[in-house]
Amino acid sequence: MEEPEVKIGLEVHCQVTSLKTKLFCSCPADYRGKQPNTHVCPTCLGLPGSLPVVNKKAVEEAVKVALALNCQVANRIVFYRKNYFYPDLPKNFQISQYDYPVGVNGKVYLDVGGRKKEIRIRRVHLEEDPGKLVYKGSITESPYTLVDYNRAGVALIEIVTEPDLSSPKEARLFLQRLRSILEHLGVFDGSLEGAMRCDSNISVAGGARIEVKNISSFKEVERALTFELLRQRNLMKMGRKIERETRHWDEVRGVTVTLRVKEEEMDYRYFPEPDLVPIELTPEFIDAVKRTLPELPDARKDRLTRQYGIAEAEAAVLVSSKPLADFFEEAASMCKDPVKAAKFVVHTLLGVLNYYGLDLPESKITPSHLAELVNMVEEGVVTEKTAKYMLRDIVVSGRSPRRMVDEEGLQKIADSAVLEEAVERVLEEEKEDVEAAMKDEKVIHHLVGHVLKLTKMRTDPKMVYEMLKERIERLKTSYASA
Amino acid sequence: MEEKLTEELVKHLAWLARLELDEAEVKSFTEQLSKVLDYFKILDEAETEGIEPAFNVLELSNVMREDEPGPTLSPEEALANAPLKEGEYIEAPRMV
Amino acid sequence: MLRLRAVELARMVREGEVKAEEVIEAFYERVAKVDGKVRAFVRLIKERALEEARRIDQTVAKRGRLGKLAGVPIAIKDNICIKGVEVTCASKILAGYRPPYDATVVARIKAEDGIIMGLTNMDEFAMGSSTENSAYGPTRNPWSLDRVPGGSSGGSAAAVAARMAPLALGSDTGGSIRCPAAFCSIVGLKPTYGHVSRYGLIAYACSLEQIGPMARTVEDCALLLSIIAGRDPKDSTTANPPRPFNLSEVKGEVKGVRIAVPKELFGEGTEPRVAEEVWKAIHLLEELGAKYEEVSMPSLKYALAAYYVIAMSEASSNLARYDGVRYGFRANAEGDWSKVYSKTREEGFGPEVKRRIILGTFALSAGYYGRYYLKALKVRSLIRNEYLSMLKKFDVIISPTMPTPPFEIGEKVEDPLSMYMMDVDTVPVNLAGVPAVSVPCGFIDGLPVGLQVAGRFFEEAAILNVALAIETELKLYSKEPEVA
Repeated sequence: MEEPEVKIGLEVHCQVTSLKTKLFCSCPADYRGKQPNTHVCPTCLGLPGSLPVVNKKAVEEAVKVALALNCQVANRIVFYRKNYFYPDLPKNFQISQYDYPVGVNGKVYLDVGGRKKEIRIRRVHLEEDPGKLVYKGSITESPYTLVDYNRAGVALIEIVTEPDLSSPKEARLFLQRLRSILEHLGVFDGSLEGAMRCDSNISVAGGARIEVKNISSFKEVERALTFELLRQRNLMKMGRKIERETRHWDEVRGVTVTLRVKEEEMDYRYFPEPDLVPIELTPEFIDAVKRTLPELPDARKDRLTRQYGIAEAEAAVLVSSKPLADFFEEAASMCKDPVKAAKFVVHTLLGVLNYYGLDLPESKITPSHLAELVNMVEEGVVTEKTAKYMLRDIVVSGRSPRRMVDEEGLQKIADSAVLEEAVERVLEEEKEDVEAAMKDEKVIHHLVGHVLKLTKMRTDPKMVYEMLKERIERLKTSYASA
Repeated sequence: MEEKLTEELVKHLAWLARLELDEAEVKSFTEQLSKVLDYFKILDEAETEGIEPAFNVLELSNVMREDEPGPTLSPEEALANAPLKEGEYIEAPRMV
Repeated sequence: MLRLRAVELARMVREGEVKAEEVIEAFYERVAKVDGKVRAFVRLIKERALEEARRIDQTVAKRGRLGKLAGVPIAIKDNICIKGVEVTCASKILAGYRPPYDATVVARIKAEDGIIMGLTNMDEFAMGSSTENSAYGPTRNPWSLDRVPGGSSGGSAAAVAARMAPLALGSDTGGSIRCPAAFCSIVGLKPTYGHVSRYGLIAYACSLEQIGPMARTVEDCALLLSIIAGRDPKDSTTANPPRPFNLSEVKGEVKGVRIAVPKELFGEGTEPRVAEEVWKAIHLLEELGAKYEEVSMPSLKYALAAYYVIAMSEASSNLARYDGVRYGFRANAEGDWSKVYSKTREEGFGPEVKRRIILGTFALSAGYYGRYYLKALKVRSLIRNEYLSMLKKFDVIISPTMPTPPFEIGEKVEDPLSMYMMDVDTVPVNLAGVPAVSVPCGFIDGLPVGLQVAGRFFEEAAILNVALAIETELKLYSKEPEVA
């Protein structure tokens, strides 16, 4: 059966969390955890007679983003009013951009199944965040709506892609990549709640484009789009036509629902903001910004492979998140075997974090912990398996590895007498497996497992295997000759 | 291009602008505004080929401010004029 | 006292010749005497004003320093924010609103020890040319109580004309300072766009409006301008002139001044006797050494349409914020937010405001934006360029301020288009952004006629010079309306 062609485009809103103040007024921009309506002024409250003034640093950060996404940066940007009514808008219009955005025609490269795929960026522009709405119960039950304007006016960068993404998974990968780029730029802290929001457009087999709104994180984007794709495919199988519409992603119930929309498109009546003047971006200015650009994920990946000799695939995983790459480099600087450190991070640490549902910055493990572990394996103090076991604990306990080894007696067993004893015991107790092993060499690995268990992983699996293999061989010969 | 300001259109515009006009207003506005719109058609005669629209008469550009925090209103001041409020929030009508 | 110039009053207060408290009391007495008939003020802040006056008197007693407006009472249009004082734009929808901040111009006036008396009547949200569109009812022209004082700053003009305040602030989007100045026989100046901060001016049409001074004499007008003008970091559309405005340059000398007189501004709707009065004044200037030439500015025939398209479009957006949530009037209505907003705005706004919001929404809407709004902006470029090139060959441009003398209350209010036509001579300078002043130049059957002088960007001194020359010759400031 043919795979119907899936086209997904994303509209991502990212808060410029590196700014101290809002986009058009000097209110502090860090609204999280603050009492409602304490970070407001006449301008962001939309009081009559108030006027906006552009935050210079916001423009610089937006130019950085446009450059990092390989866009053509405008030589003149203009702010426009987007007119619509909504309880979270203090002025019932949003100052945004229309013609003359910060950047256009960019591209981002994704690694899709070993292949490099180009995702085109249609535009990058600046706009202000609306306020926050609070309900008593659900949105449909609440008899009134409470509004907190602390967030109103915070700077957002909107990034719009062409519909080049071909699957929900690619959409998630794209958002992860975007987040990593923005974090590396220093413009955005992805760990802040609500800092990245996105809307998506999806069409299947040339059918109508469905807009899916209210996707709050990149974890949700894959869920939402997977659901929507399934929903559309089912409809098509039943012979139903997909009509153009806007749907709302309900995170809790895991479904998209139709929004109450009028048949016509929203008419935002964009016109240039008369209270602001255009911003001219000279080539000199853009060059100066270009020169301040920090190392971006792709470049960093190349450098990591060169500098530390690690595999490209592993480097790619490391740069998928700035905190992760930073963690690795700091650990690598303190340990004797960066290649091993990379493997630990990529193949073990990430799995452990995932298991606990933690982001790296939320966990208790530090780069020096990791470096210590790697060094201890190098030095033969613990086995690799022990180290992995310890990792699982340190992530939540934050204990120093050397202490943990002492407290729990996890040292590698170097004494061959102890090793022999364990091997003998296993050969005694696991008679069935021993017999099977004599017929099939592969079962020896099973026996290795028993020995490791018996010795609490404190033995080197390779040594154990060799020892077992040799004993099995001897047993085979002795039985044969019997 | 001939567009007429019909009562339908006036009702739609009133909705876009959140103005609940009554029937009498719709009627009288349609009449009055049609006359005004007719007068506006004189703009079609103006020769503006190749003219840039005037965004700002002084042709100012690059007026910006530094990213430094400034004074905010106290919560009392922020809420003082709100007809309805609850605690520290301003109260708006229900969503649906 | 009521006839004294502001300049003189301030000097007398500073030098202890008169107490500020006496000054304030005198003007409030005058208000009590005549404002019942004129209805210029919508809100008086007498307690505050007296407190201020006493503070000033104490400072004088202690030989402290006082500002250039020491003790001078000033009337402020009801669309300019004074911290803690109710401001409504003469609209029901802002009833009870008290701003938590001062407009920049108010702060500057306070810094020079000016004393704000109260807020004056206007057309609702500055939309109108007669001050009849007010939720408080019309203001009457002190020269003839059954006639309009002009608008939208009619209250400020009437207050000054009737000697209730020596100085006033108005706002001018399409003539709202100059029109009432002409109709009330006072001086009213619309500064260069960007010369005076709009921070704290409740917006009607941002790209067109300016706050400006109104007074009985050019000298007083210039004084108030010198205090409120200058770049404000809170208003991104302000700029400082290449040379700051200098009071001492306003001397009334017009020798060698080149005057352009565009025939388009003496067009069809202009009453012949109005044209006559204006020409008399032009010839007077000629006798004083100026030179005039009749010119043509063909783009002006599109000015009124371009102005209204732009103003209504911006207004439809600026007035969207009035929804009863954060401030102002909120309707007692059942339903979701969309319903409550619609009811609130329906009940809170007057008919002219609603008409302009509808038409402004239309002009910006998809499908019409190019034909109306964008086209109007291009026409605006044409007009601006025409002014700039005319002002290269000439120093000032003179025309009548209004095509007719003040009309009767109720005469035009039912026919919006005929009211809009009143702005034909005043709107072009708002489109171009250049400064313009209206100065009294005569009377027709006891009704005032004003003459308008426009000039180059930031050359308010040049136009005030011409106005001063006319004023010095005609001495019309000594005529007083009998508020009977």
